[in-house]
Amino acid sequence: MTARIGVVTFPGSLDDRDTQRAIRLAGAEPVALWHKDKDLKQVDAVVLPGGFSYGDYLRAGAISRFSPVMETVIEQAKAGLPVLGICNGFQVLTEAHLLPGGMLGNDHLHFICRDQKLRVENAGTAWTGDYRQDQEIHIPLKNMDGRYVADEYTLDKLEAEGRVVFRYLDFNPNGSLRDIAGITNEAGNVVGLMPHPEHAVEPLIGTGRTDGLPFFTSILKKLVNA
Amino acid sequence: MSRTPLDTVEHAAGTPDVELPWAELGLKKDEYERIVEILGRRPTGAELAMYSVMWSEHCSYKSSKVHLRQFGEKAPESDALLVGIGENAGVVDVGQGYAVTFKVESHNHPSYVEPYQGAATGVGGIVRDIIAMGARPVAVVDPLRFGAADHPDTKRVLPGVVAGIGGYGNCLGLPNIGGEVVFDACYQGNPLVNAGAIGVMRHEDIHLAKASGAGNKVILYGARTGGDGIGGASILASETFDDAKPSKRPAVQVGDPFQEKLLIECTLEAFREKLVVGIQDLGAAGLSCATSELASNGSGGMRVTLDDVPLRDSTLSPEEILMSESQERMCAVVEPEKVDRFLEICAKWDVIATVIGEVTDGDRLEIYWHGGKIVDVDPRTVAHEGPVYERPYARPSWQDELQADDANKLPRPKTAEELKDQVLKLVGSPNQASKKWITSQYDHFVQGNTVLAQPEDSGMIRVDEETGLGVAIATDGNGRYAKLDPYAGAQLALSEAYRNVATTGAKPLAVSDCLNFGSPEDPAVMWQFAEAVRGLADACQQLGTPVTGGNVSLYNQTGEAAIHPTPVVAVLGVIDDVARRTPVAFQEEGQLIYLLGDTREEFGGSAWSQVVHDHLGGLPPAVDLERERLLAEILISASRDGMIDSAHDLSDGGLVQAVVESALLGGKGARLVVPDGLDAFTFLFSESAGRAIVAVPRSEEVRFNDMCGARGLPVARIGVVDSDSVEIQGEFSLSLAELREAHEGTIEALLA
Repeated sequence: MTARIGVVTFPGSLDDRDTQRAIRLAGAEPVALWHKDKDLKQVDAVVLPGGFSYGDYLRAGAISRFSPVMETVIEQAKAGLPVLGICNGFQVLTEAHLLPGGMLGNDHLHFICRDQKLRVENAGTAWTGDYRQDQEIHIPLKNMDGRYVADEYTLDKLEAEGRVVFRYLDFNPNGSLRDIAGITNEAGNVVGLMPHPEHAVEPLIGTGRTDGLPFFTSILKKLVNA
Repeated sequence: MSRTPLDTVEHAAGTPDVELPWAELGLKKDEYERIVEILGRRPTGAELAMYSVMWSEHCSYKSSKVHLRQFGEKAPESDALLVGIGENAGVVDVGQGYAVTFKVESHNHPSYVEPYQGAATGVGGIVRDIIAMGARPVAVVDPLRFGAADHPDTKRVLPGVVAGIGGYGNCLGLPNIGGEVVFDACYQGNPLVNAGAIGVMRHEDIHLAKASGAGNKVILYGARTGGDGIGGASILASETFDDAKPSKRPAVQVGDPFQEKLLIECTLEAFREKLVVGIQDLGAAGLSCATSELASNGSGGMRVTLDDVPLRDSTLSPEEILMSESQERMCAVVEPEKVDRFLEICAKWDVIATVIGEVTDGDRLEIYWHGGKIVDVDPRTVAHEGPVYERPYARPSWQDELQADDANKLPRPKTAEELKDQVLKLVGSPNQASKKWITSQYDHFVQGNTVLAQPEDSGMIRVDEETGLGVAIATDGNGRYAKLDPYAGAQLALSEAYRNVATTGAKPLAVSDCLNFGSPEDPAVMWQFAEAVRGLADACQQLGTPVTGGNVSLYNQTGEAAIHPTPVVAVLGVIDDVARRTPVAFQEEGQLIYLLGDTREEFGGSAWSQVVHDHLGGLPPAVDLERERLLAEILISASRDGMIDSAHDLSDGGLVQAVVESALLGGKGARLVVPDGLDAFTFLFSESAGRAIVAVPRSEEVRFNDMCGARGLPVARIGVVDSDSVEIQGEFSLSLAELREAHEGTIEALLA
């Protein structure tokens, strides 16, 4: 048996097909979900992919957060459904208050696309079990509004509870506070990050690394062994 | 234009003496008289609006047409060509049932006036051309040229252009995989912002821009029509800039990439369900172009009710609606029984779609407004039978003097120290420096099929996940070479792009071009244009790569000063399995570096002559197309058979530039020996064409040498991949750190 992992397409989602491919390469079954449809088709986990949903108008993720599909995602995430938000998906998760903090424009004011070095700071979430604690990985990053911010209290709390999942290493590409690249919720089922693991799953494509594949094998193992 | 009384066809027929603002709309007197002759009466305001934009240089190619014909007349036999010149974009067979469409266009003038939006909508326009052929866009490339890198205005134009290309392309989800960035004072008041796109489809999905089948509905879908970009084609793109005239910013369109992304998905879904008979995007000349081209390419006529066009601004006049270049709009011809489903798909994607007319069994294009007929024309006279000019051309008087000013006679470095300093200066000069600060503002990874992206020699995209089939594209142009000899310059642009595709392991198949020149009303410029077209057509014929389409951009000049003639050539190639691609970067220490081809003392138009002497004169490198073909065959075979692990073409900056790039990208150095018969200076800086360097694993050396020997390609073993410096034995050594500092800091320091 395998797991069924849903990938939501919002208007303006860009990496939805790439994410489906990554899920397939990991051995799970991707299921396309549509933003206007509340039905999650009984998937075992959901990925909110990268892109510019609603053109990032108003604020990245601010409009998608009110999509019909998000009502169900929010409800089920609170009940334990594993949810991964990549880039724009991360922005949607903070807008939906499934994750704390928010994203501002990059401090250098430019879009940035690079192969980014990260450290896995929490290998205990639903999406990071196949990494080693403190493993250093390279994952492509590409964003305009990637500067993670939160108040000091929240940041301290995230750190104290081990909820910073990924940290930028060597170079902070967007001015994120405390070099935070990704975080999780209290339960560890909801993870959001700015870099794009779905772009690092095949040796020939993109940067040629496969450091992103464990995201998808992690969740698969967790679901299949559950 | 007066709006009362409504200037209908009847009204026009009854009021022959009404003066119309044809000159303000960019028409010449004889052109206006020709319109009157065609119609047998004065045109209505709406008809005048249509003719003026469609007969503009930008839309009608009236100055260039007589020369462009050569691309068809000299087109080589090619099994690969599925759709040639004349459609929205050419289509090439790449095997396994796949077809690829690609095209390069200019958005030069708008990008100078308003860099962000000008460049953004350039991407938007070329992408709609690709969708209109039935293909899913898979990548974009951007050949860019700016004024001097240290000129204050370049700091206004370049960051805006780059942000605009990124802002639009990134939001569409199209990886940006190639292009160029060139600086030269000649582009100061006239930057060249060319945009290319590639799309992939199955053979059976090719769509064409034609309206056939009486009763079929004409559906306008996408953004509402606004007052932006009115006269973009006629007033902005078809005239030279002049300080005395008012700002042309309102003639620049404003882009909404989110709307375009919806347009892509909704159009592709309509194609998948086979709902579309004919399709045309709305670019230059907006509805005037879409309606007249669809109607004239089809079998019947067309009737359109302009009142049904959804507007952003209800006060727009019919003339303005016809001329508006509002972005993100398309026009589809759909059979009546499929209209509901088409509209449903548009609604699913939140795209506004409206039936604005239908195909008729007549042969007229009729447009109505408030119940009155305001246009009644033969659509061919608007779209295809515009004026054609045999512009006078003459070799400029200064050409001989320019060519006599031989760059080979410039003072050369006398000591090893001087040679080393010039190498550092060259690789750190704006044109030769790393463009990472620019390209890192573009998404390379989206869609998950990018095999190679800049700074590789060509961008490469996987087309089929199962078989590994891929396509490669390279764009090249060298205005300095073309200024010295436009015929050879165009051929060198093709040679370089062809070579770049082959260097990555792909087989060159077809060509698109963007021909950027000054004013066609200047006989010297017209001569440059004629020579470049002749050169390119001849070379395409010899290399067997047909021109599938492209774009001409004229009037690129400020006052009397024209830009360097700048033919930019895009070559598309195919590779059976992207796993066999060859990257630029050195891979492994100890691998042998070979120089392929002949190196001669050729410095005319070279980067060295520009960087060290600020000189442009002499002759460009000699063209040898048969050598290019042989070199390409060797590179493709070597890549397919696993004989080489890296390869890099030699072009501007010569061998040293190529070696430094391969070294820095791979994080590995090189130890080189000047081969017999060459001096160190010529070895490092010559820009002889038809050359490449490759890195050969020792285990493959014999096989590789045998192959080159058997086919008669001169090769020289010039060194080995080394650890952390580039050393020219007996001359100098530079650490990778020194080279990196020189090569990678320049652009950011000047422009960030």
